[in-house]
Amino acid sequence: MTLEDLQDLAEQERERQDQKKHRVLFCSAAGCASCGADKVSAALKAKVKEHALDKECEVIGTGCMGLCGEGPLVKVQSDDTMYRNVDVRTAEKIVESHIVNGKKVDAHVCDTNVPFFTSQTRIVLENCGRTNSESIDEYVAAEGYAGLAKALTEMQPADVIEEVRKSGLRGRGGAGYSTGLKWGIVRKAHGEQKYVVCNADEGDPGAFMDRSVLEGDPHRVLEGMAIAGYAVGAQQGYIYCRAEYPLAIERLKLAIKQAEKAGLLGNRILESQFNFRIDIRIGAGAFVCGEETALLASIEGKRGNPRPRPPFPSEKGLWGMPTVINNVETYANVAPIIRKGSDWFAGIGTEKSKGTKVFALAGNIRNTGLIEVPMGIPLRTIIFDIGGGTPDGTEFKAAQTGGPSGGCIPADQLDLPVDYESLMKVGSIMGSGGLIVMDSTSRMVEVAKFFMQFCMDESCGKCIPCRVGTRHIYGLLDKISKKKATQDDMVLLEELCMMVKETSLCGLGQSAPNPVLSTLRFFRHEYEQLLQPVETFEGEPGIVVDFEK
Amino acid sequence: MAVKTLTINGEQYSAQEGESVLSVCRQNKIPIPTLCHLEGLSTVGACRLCLVQIEGIPKLLPACTTKVEEGMVITTSNQKLDKYRRMIVALLASEGNHVCAVCVANNHCELQDLAYEVGLVRVRYPYLFPKKSLDATHKEYVMDHNRCVLCTRCVRVCDEVEGAHVWDVAGRGIDCEIVTGLDYSWGSSQTCTECGKCVMVCPTGALFEKGVTVSEMEKKKDFLKYIITARQKREWVAFTNE
Repeated sequence: MTLEDLQDLAEQERERQDQKKHRVLFCSAAGCASCGADKVSAALKAKVKEHALDKECEVIGTGCMGLCGEGPLVKVQSDDTMYRNVDVRTAEKIVESHIVNGKKVDAHVCDTNVPFFTSQTRIVLENCGRTNSESIDEYVAAEGYAGLAKALTEMQPADVIEEVRKSGLRGRGGAGYSTGLKWGIVRKAHGEQKYVVCNADEGDPGAFMDRSVLEGDPHRVLEGMAIAGYAVGAQQGYIYCRAEYPLAIERLKLAIKQAEKAGLLGNRILESQFNFRIDIRIGAGAFVCGEETALLASIEGKRGNPRPRPPFPSEKGLWGMPTVINNVETYANVAPIIRKGSDWFAGIGTEKSKGTKVFALAGNIRNTGLIEVPMGIPLRTIIFDIGGGTPDGTEFKAAQTGGPSGGCIPADQLDLPVDYESLMKVGSIMGSGGLIVMDSTSRMVEVAKFFMQFCMDESCGKCIPCRVGTRHIYGLLDKISKKKATQDDMVLLEELCMMVKETSLCGLGQSAPNPVLSTLRFFRHEYEQLLQPVETFEGEPGIVVDFEK
Repeated sequence: MAVKTLTINGEQYSAQEGESVLSVCRQNKIPIPTLCHLEGLSTVGACRLCLVQIEGIPKLLPACTTKVEEGMVITTSNQKLDKYRRMIVALLASEGNHVCAVCVANNHCELQDLAYEVGLVRVRYPYLFPKKSLDATHKEYVMDHNRCVLCTRCVRVCDEVEGAHVWDVAGRGIDCEIVTGLDYSWGSSQTCTECGKCVMVCPTGALFEKGVTVSEMEKKKDFLKYIITARQKREWVAFTNE
């Protein structure tokens, strides 16, 4: 395929879509699929067939439409009407009344003129809910692979890196390292082979951002990876996806096949000298394999144990070769940056955090779902305007970001702008984008205990602080929550948290105490309420204060 | 090979490029406790006892895996590092079932030595008393998981020096255990060559020879240097047990 062929393909597909009078889109992402989207789609298709509308109306499965809590969602694209809580009966009505007679099914119409939709800025999710997630033609029609084409035909690899660096794009996996700098290091590093790896081992409880991108717009990730491969001089890419995402893996496999057939992956991409292949590696359910060095070990077929850095993967990564490893969302940002230029991207967000961030809203919040907002947006806007606040008017207590590596942000910090630095300052992290809202019914010691149990179970057991330390922290939290602990246990708890944080080998252990430390910082009284005074306490003897200090 | 100069605990030292901070410290008799590290085996940086503070780097780094760089300013011991080391040994002690008085390796045990070295007088964490098994199916050796500290020296020596890869780690977190093959009994292992290298490098009484009783299991680790020197330099140099 040449550049002209690509443009022709886009043109043809756009014409084909224009010829359709109606495009009925149904959300085919995991959230809606779990509450009956397949039955809805079958009903839609059956009704369309029944009314012999095949020629003028098509029914298409798209990526996540965002408002997961109100699913299954259906959208009639011609007049931009969204329907929520669609069941089989409603689906039939939509065809019979809306498509055939032009009369909306009012009871299920979802108002899209509300902050949930209007306050978002969609870059990563621009195609989610708009295009068929299983069609490469529709992706191409939505300017897909134009970024790769531009990079290959108009830019040198160094220009691509410079463009990404200037855009200010930072890693969306949590740590926020500059993507352009990382690519620059890999480009300069010596190695007979170089690799591009996509981390799709999203494992934080309550997070489904990467899953939605992979399920809704897999080609976007492939395109980003291919651009990265061209920029750093790699010919092979790997996507490490967790086995718990079967739909994402299925769509990725299909997308890779389509792209190879179209000559957008494989040898001599777009008739250039650039070759790039992508393979999928499936994780076996270990959270620690989301840590980059453990992930690389796992791809190599070894036990998913992290190793000390340096050397960083950008110098010695997969099989000892320089390796770019980025998160799904990071790659999903690359194609638009190349296509629209770094200035456009750098114009969104704050001084140090550019672009947008996808968040998965979960917990005690009215609008559960997937959103994309510009960096620097106040937390209050996300939770109260977009998220609609806590349900049933209960009082907001805290927001948890960054999953088991992050922390809780209390109500008095609600005006905090959401960017890497601000979140770090309050003891949390951006993380990959899970945002769990808690109301006054949540008990913070239990929250900390939940996350610590998660870390304890997911520790690989290689280094002592994480292996044994998380076990003891969990034990202490359990003791506190059962009202059996004393002030001495609190001393021990804080000491252990600091020690595990500072001495653990990898990010899992280093950040495991964060949920405890941040709840201690903002909700210490909840811990202290549960403590026993030393005198009246019966049971295990209290721990004497360490006189060695 | 370029020579690098660096400062350790306020003193100037020189080192060769590519050398680890730990190796420089060992050569200059600067004490740094280690457990998973053993000269001749690959470094894994797992025990975290050799963590040192390096100026300009916010995180503590393990001396065994950190390569020297020109102008590095390193602190190997201060109140915080000493405290963390003591805590790590305390965590190890609380994790297994370590009863020195009845242990074959009593007085020849690196965990015991470490406890003295870091000044551990009391374990403040509750002992976990895990239910661990003992594998005495091998005709010459015994694996007692109660005393295992998961340093993975046995795994590495078997894989890297003997080339048999009989051992590996199974499970995760606190439930990690060293396994033979795909978790068979040691006695039924088809790959074990009965060389006993794993027994000799084991820092505790987890691996020992049959027939020994309390305090009788001495670990002779100098064979490793002998083999490595012979392989790398083609020299047959005898070492005495240090």
